[in-house]
Amino acid sequence: MNLLNHTPILILALPLLAAFLIPIIGKINKKATGIFATLVLGLSLILTIILAVKILSVGPQIYVFGAKSPLLTLPSSLKFPIRIMFQVDAMGIFMGLITALVSFLGAIYSLAFIDKKDGLDSYYSLLLLLTVSMFGMEFTGDLFNFFVFLEIASMASVSLICYRGTDLGEPVEAGFKYMVVSSIAALMVLFAIGIFYGEYDVLNIAAIASVIKYSQLDKIALGILVSVLAMKAGAVPMHMWTPDAYSEAPAPITMILVAASQASLYAIFRVVFSLYNITLNTLAVGWIIIIFGLLSMFIGVTMAIIQKDIKRLMAYHAISQTGYMLLGVGVGLAVLANPTALQRYGITAMEGGIFHIMNHAMYKGLLFLTAGALFFRTGTRDLNKMGGLAHYMKYTTIFFIIGAAAIAGLPPFNGFASKLLIYESVYKFNPLLSIIAMVVSILTLASFVKVFHSAFLGPKLPQFIEVKEVPRSMVFAMAVLSFIIIFFGLFPDLIVKNLVHPAVMSLIEQFKYTSTVLGGM
Amino acid sequence: MLGLLETGSGFWSAVVWVILVLVIGSLVYYIRNKGEKSYKKNTEQDKPFISGNPELSKEGSHISASHIYWGFTEALKGYYNPLVKIHTGDINDYSGWIVIITVVILIIVGVRG
Repeated sequence: MNLLNHTPILILALPLLAAFLIPIIGKINKKATGIFATLVLGLSLILTIILAVKILSVGPQIYVFGAKSPLLTLPSSLKFPIRIMFQVDAMGIFMGLITALVSFLGAIYSLAFIDKKDGLDSYYSLLLLLTVSMFGMEFTGDLFNFFVFLEIASMASVSLICYRGTDLGEPVEAGFKYMVVSSIAALMVLFAIGIFYGEYDVLNIAAIASVIKYSQLDKIALGILVSVLAMKAGAVPMHMWTPDAYSEAPAPITMILVAASQASLYAIFRVVFSLYNITLNTLAVGWIIIIFGLLSMFIGVTMAIIQKDIKRLMAYHAISQTGYMLLGVGVGLAVLANPTALQRYGITAMEGGIFHIMNHAMYKGLLFLTAGALFFRTGTRDLNKMGGLAHYMKYTTIFFIIGAAAIAGLPPFNGFASKLLIYESVYKFNPLLSIIAMVVSILTLASFVKVFHSAFLGPKLPQFIEVKEVPRSMVFAMAVLSFIIIFFGLFPDLIVKNLVHPAVMSLIEQFKYTSTVLGGM
Repeated sequence: MLGLLETGSGFWSAVVWVILVLVIGSLVYYIRNKGEKSYKKNTEQDKPFISGNPELSKEGSHISASHIYWGFTEALKGYYNPLVKIHTGDINDYSGWIVIITVVILIIVGVRG
């Protein structure tokens, strides 16, 4: 048996098994739960890298559950797949790498950050389940299976948002709100899946894509899926759960929640490109996504400027940055049926949008971790109560500057590279969109100057005399993210050529997605 | 060339940018060092000039977050007031927005194809 053939399932199976082992380990040694979860997530990261190398050199990987061979997509004498399968292409593994890295660093950061709290075993079990569900959403080739993972992600997220304590009102309120909107989303996704199953008798994405007619029912399913997945990604005006959930969750969980929202964003792209592709009116749906992007960028950043809670402010920026991704990929979708425009600027716009997903996960993760570090030492998220912390937390200050410069799109950091791709390509589609995107970047910089001044600059304040730098594991997680931000910023071509471009092409070339499962049919 | 990102309209090299910043930075540093060397630490020169007014205590001089960009938000009151108002924090409104947007998208997709 070649174990490498089982890599796609091992990436999920290991953390899933570990999630159920952790309560037992917790009975023996509470502290060991964190170390065990970190080791398993480290292993999962290594397997994800191995799978990424294989996919980028050989091509998409299939894993069929319950078949004699994991590569057997079509049972004998059948022309359509009936088993659940993972179908991991360049786009899926691109998202998988983000999930693996963010979860691993989140676990490392948690070692010190969550150390003093009760319920460590529950925390790490839920963290692992959240990671599993994100991998599942990104790897699956089956619509119902996607729904199941979406539900697991929602349940694990709700519990983790409330983790700070049921005796505190705000975390529970945030968790409850997220539970309600997630339930609505889940029911609507299930309804859309029901439409496909009733119409085509299959649940496999590639199989549906090969026969989709774009009937009135398909249009209803499309409208529902785009709307609720945009809500789960935090797009304006359905973003209001985001500041509540992001600000109340523990900092490492907030970082992972950002990646979970991006998994929903990925699902929108999978639906419009791999499922519908040019059967739909690409210009109309492209503009819907572009308008989501514009609203998210502008309203997100202007709401961020007036916030006084550091994590709420960063949450609004997360909404704003999601707008860039929607804008880039939306422009790519709008010109999908126009080969000349697609070649001239559509592919570059999509590269910018997709590259921004990775960049955003890194710098927004870093910024949330710095906010967590400030909370860890000062016990407050209120910017009005902070000041002069650069005197005591030198590493955190440096990491914050790197994250803030990256999110504002300052060279030579990674945010600049992806934003530049978006500006220069989107300009050819509609110059006004590029101008708005640049204005948003300026406002983002202004907002983070405010945070930097209020939290880090100024004289030493008497209430923070005892404050010191955060423990090493927290510094390490922030240092790794800072290194990635700088590396991606200095050598963006390496990432775009080897990871982003294949991911974009795997979305555009729908026939490759369907033929991986259905062969030459 | 390593680090050269093609954008479709041109290219970007962060490595070249960093080298340029280092060269220009060194030049600026060199010119600065050529300046007058009359500065003395921990003397009157260290104190801020506030038109003869008494200096506030260090702690009292820190401008808190609420005061930053006050003019910006005040000037844009017409934009901010309705925007803040729709962020009610009420879960019924959150659900309402999902329904409204779904209906709008369904109408657009239904009408425009």
